[in-house]
Amino acid sequence: MHISVNVDGVTYADEVEPRLLLVHYLRERLSKTGTVVGCDTGNCGACTVHLDGHSVKSCQMLAVQANGHEVTTIEGLARDGKLHPVQEAFHSNHALQCGFCTPGMIMQAIDLLADESDPDDETVRKGLEGNLCRCTGYQNIVRAVQDAAQRMKPGAGPKQEQHSDEHISSKQPVGGE
Amino acid sequence: MTATAEPEIGKARLRKEDARLITGQTTWTDNLQLHGMLHMAVLRSPVAHARITGIDVSRATSMPGVAVVLTGEDFAAEQGSLPCAWPITEDMKSPPAPAMAVAQVNFAGEAVALVIADSAYHAADALEAIDIDYDELPVVLDMEEALRDNDLVHPDLGTNKCATWIFDSAEAGVGTNVEDEIASAEVVIERTFKQQRLIPAFMEPRSVVVDTTAGMFTVWSATQIPHILRWMLSAVTGISEHKLRVIAPDVGGGFGGKLQVTPEELLCLLVARRMGRPVKWTESRTESMLSAHHGRDQVQKITLSARRDGTVTGLKVELLADMGAYLRLVTPGVPILGAFMFNSIYKFAAYRFVCTNVFTNKVPTDAYRGAGRPEATFAIERMMDELAVELGVEPMKIREMNWIRHEEFPFDTVAGLTYDSGNYEAATARAMELFGYEEMREEQARRRSSGDVVQLGIGISTYTEMCGLAPSRVLGALRYAAGGWETASIRMLPTGKVEVITGTSPHGQGHETVWSQIVADKLGVPFDDVEVLHGDTATSHKGMDSYGSRSLAVGGTALVYAADKVLAKARTLAAHMMECDEVDVEFASGSFSVRGTSTVRSLGDVVLAAHVAHDLPEGMEPGMDADATFDPDNFSFPHGTHLCATEVDTETGMVRISRYVAVDDVGTVMNPLIVDGQVHGGLAQGIAQALYEEATHDEMGTLTSATLADYLVPCAADLPAFLTDRTTTPATSNPLGAKGVGEAGTIASTPAVVNSVLDALRHLGVRDIEMPMSPERVWTALQGRPDPGSGDVTAGGLGSIDAQGGQS
Ligand code: FES
Ligand code: FES
Repeated sequence: MHISVNVDGVTYADEVEPRLLLVHYLRERLSKTGTVVGCDTGNCGACTVHLDGHSVKSCQMLAVQANGHEVTTIEGLARDGKLHPVQEAFHSNHALQCGFCTPGMIMQAIDLLADESDPDDETVRKGLEGNLCRCTGYQNIVRAVQDAAQRMKPGAGPKQEQHSDEHISSKQPVGGE
Repeated sequence: MTATAEPEIGKARLRKEDARLITGQTTWTDNLQLHGMLHMAVLRSPVAHARITGIDVSRATSMPGVAVVLTGEDFAAEQGSLPCAWPITEDMKSPPAPAMAVAQVNFAGEAVALVIADSAYHAADALEAIDIDYDELPVVLDMEEALRDNDLVHPDLGTNKCATWIFDSAEAGVGTNVEDEIASAEVVIERTFKQQRLIPAFMEPRSVVVDTTAGMFTVWSATQIPHILRWMLSAVTGISEHKLRVIAPDVGGGFGGKLQVTPEELLCLLVARRMGRPVKWTESRTESMLSAHHGRDQVQKITLSARRDGTVTGLKVELLADMGAYLRLVTPGVPILGAFMFNSIYKFAAYRFVCTNVFTNKVPTDAYRGAGRPEATFAIERMMDELAVELGVEPMKIREMNWIRHEEFPFDTVAGLTYDSGNYEAATARAMELFGYEEMREEQARRRSSGDVVQLGIGISTYTEMCGLAPSRVLGALRYAAGGWETASIRMLPTGKVEVITGTSPHGQGHETVWSQIVADKLGVPFDDVEVLHGDTATSHKGMDSYGSRSLAVGGTALVYAADKVLAKARTLAAHMMECDEVDVEFASGSFSVRGTSTVRSLGDVVLAAHVAHDLPEGMEPGMDADATFDPDNFSFPHGTHLCATEVDTETGMVRISRYVAVDDVGTVMNPLIVDGQVHGGLAQGIAQALYEEATHDEMGTLTSATLADYLVPCAADLPAFLTDRTTTPATSNPLGAKGVGEAGTIASTPAVVNSVLDALRHLGVRDIEMPMSPERVWTALQGRPDPGSGDVTAGGLGSIDAQGGQS
């Protein structure tokens, strides 16, 4: 099947098998290997990306379901060489060890912060329930997300740091969850 | 070259590694795409014990994209047996361990056929078209049943008993006889604990890529042990070691689970050799659960003798340890790593340890975070609570009465080790203060007297562990096949930048950052001027890799000695350059100077002079590189006090950790940020054993917890925030004073949680609950009546002692 997908700001047109998972399309066809696969049952969240500004598990979606939509991966977050504030906060708070869960965790955290601009500990923990980390015990991840919330507050930094796919966030999510 | 103003060691440096990991610029093995690469998929046995009576691959072979389908027969002549490096006794039974089953399968998940295809999808499709006939054999699952030898996992061995390993303090001349102590004891407590089977569940599934071009075999693998893997792959396949290169690129966690020479690594290599093309295998999570080694799985029978005043006298440990179906790299030795730790921080007069290793039709067990030591710590910390209950003594008090006092170090233990340093009093005092121990006990008493639905429990774990694996002579004495040294090299580049090569193999621990800190301090170079190379046998040619909380204590020490060698040579050259006597040369902040003069040469100047070699002292070789290998002469012994408060809902059995305090003494800390992170992650895994995780099987031996939906790796909402702090007594066995921290949290936390839950419920007649303490198990325990033989448990648990104005 023919699909046209915008990934990290670039539009790709491809022939794909109908059964091809979005995550495999990203990793193997587009070499977007920043997004990873941690399970086969949709439990780990390692594969989380944004579809039209909302987080989805890209192992639970077919590539064809992304046809005509915009996908943002961990590789498309930095703008003009500046890291996204959530990326910065993960670094500053030592919120990663092996880093395998990190892309998915960051994408999910951005989604969470779009709904909750100043989440408490419990809200962050609940918001990340679908993303597993085996290394950190989550403590510094929670801290990082709360720190990122502060960094993203209006006036907390230059405007370009505060993007979270706002230009496309009005569209409805499709497929996935 | 700028001088480093404040010391790097001890600084909360943000990690160098993060830049690539937070942007997705990673090098996971599965990211690799090589020209002409084939994909390998593994068909796994659905049954736990059976003879293979027929395999039909014809349908699979003709599927689209399939290059070849291979069975155990195809490899029988070349696959050899996967290595076990730790034959713990002379007469240990060791069955052949083929990478792929040939005539018989011995656990559900064992590899029985391979499809090699042009894509992973095509390979997976064809798996379903392979037909195998199995003639099922009786399945051996329970260890005690296995020891009756009615049904045998490996009939050729004639028994399911793998080995028995014994340590006895009287025989070793380091203590009295345990049977005498028990016979003459005023109090004897006997308990049996089950260490359930766990799954390491690293987040990155294992992946292997083998390339055969350029006259070399290059193996990329998501492994903790590239150096050991190269050695072992060469030994098994006969491929010359110098024609094998192993690369561990970014590796997504291991926790012991990637301390292995796996069937799939070997098979990928054999397939690549056969096909003459690159081959990739990446496992699914389910495959990982079904075939990567598991951890723990012991039954522990513990007998403790004491005097009425609370002084412990003897400790007898009788273990059954489940090997699973085969002996992998260190399978039989894992319980032995616990043998020296059951006595923990307490002064027993007598100690005896007997471990029986048993074969079953399950996935092989092997190292998982702590490996042997969590099991030991759990048993002794549970027993100290049992003794406290028995004697009606406050549980912290019973520990204090029996532990090694700080002025008694170095201390020779009843297990034959010498603990070099520690201060249990200091760590405990700090933990109790942070926890608010007295107030917690008061709150507990209030809830008890009011009959609150939600009861409060307080759990203690005053642990120690042995880290820094390991002195090679000790490993030799334990019949381990390798040494325990570590190596480091420093390459001083002509521009003054520094390359560090380490034999350790980080997979999340942050060695690139900490090794840079150490070198920056030692050589006075900027942190950012240091690059750390690791995990590639072509650049890092020698090493013993990362596990056993060894990397800093052993590998970091090698690095210190390499830096010392650089400085020693540089000092000689600096004296030559400054035309002075070497004894007058001082080194500080990256510069050499002549004492009492203003003559200065930066290290960079000296390195350049060594590199161009125009004017060197007589006999000096050009260049300023150095290698050092360090073999420790003792283990290191981190310790600490962990306190856990749980709220247990007596109506639903739900357990919530309401406060968790960890005060650890891990020796001198290089980077507190990284140490805290290690503790947090360790705590999560130890708590998970207490409350959530268990590998379960049905009666046919099928793993019923083979997905992350069934095997409950905790998510953020399942865990509390931790309060961590440190006390410090430097290790004396290495110049850094480091003890190791990778396993501490896991080792300490499991008994703290379990003791806490039991403490909440003892006054309701609950004596024990098996791990994981699920709501169902807790609720069921609450419905039961106290064991009639158990004495007066209903009169009050540990916490009731305070409430009664008792002994605290
Ligand atoms: S890979 Fe685990 S949820 Fe997608
Ligand atoms: S950092 Fe390793 S899994 Fe999260």
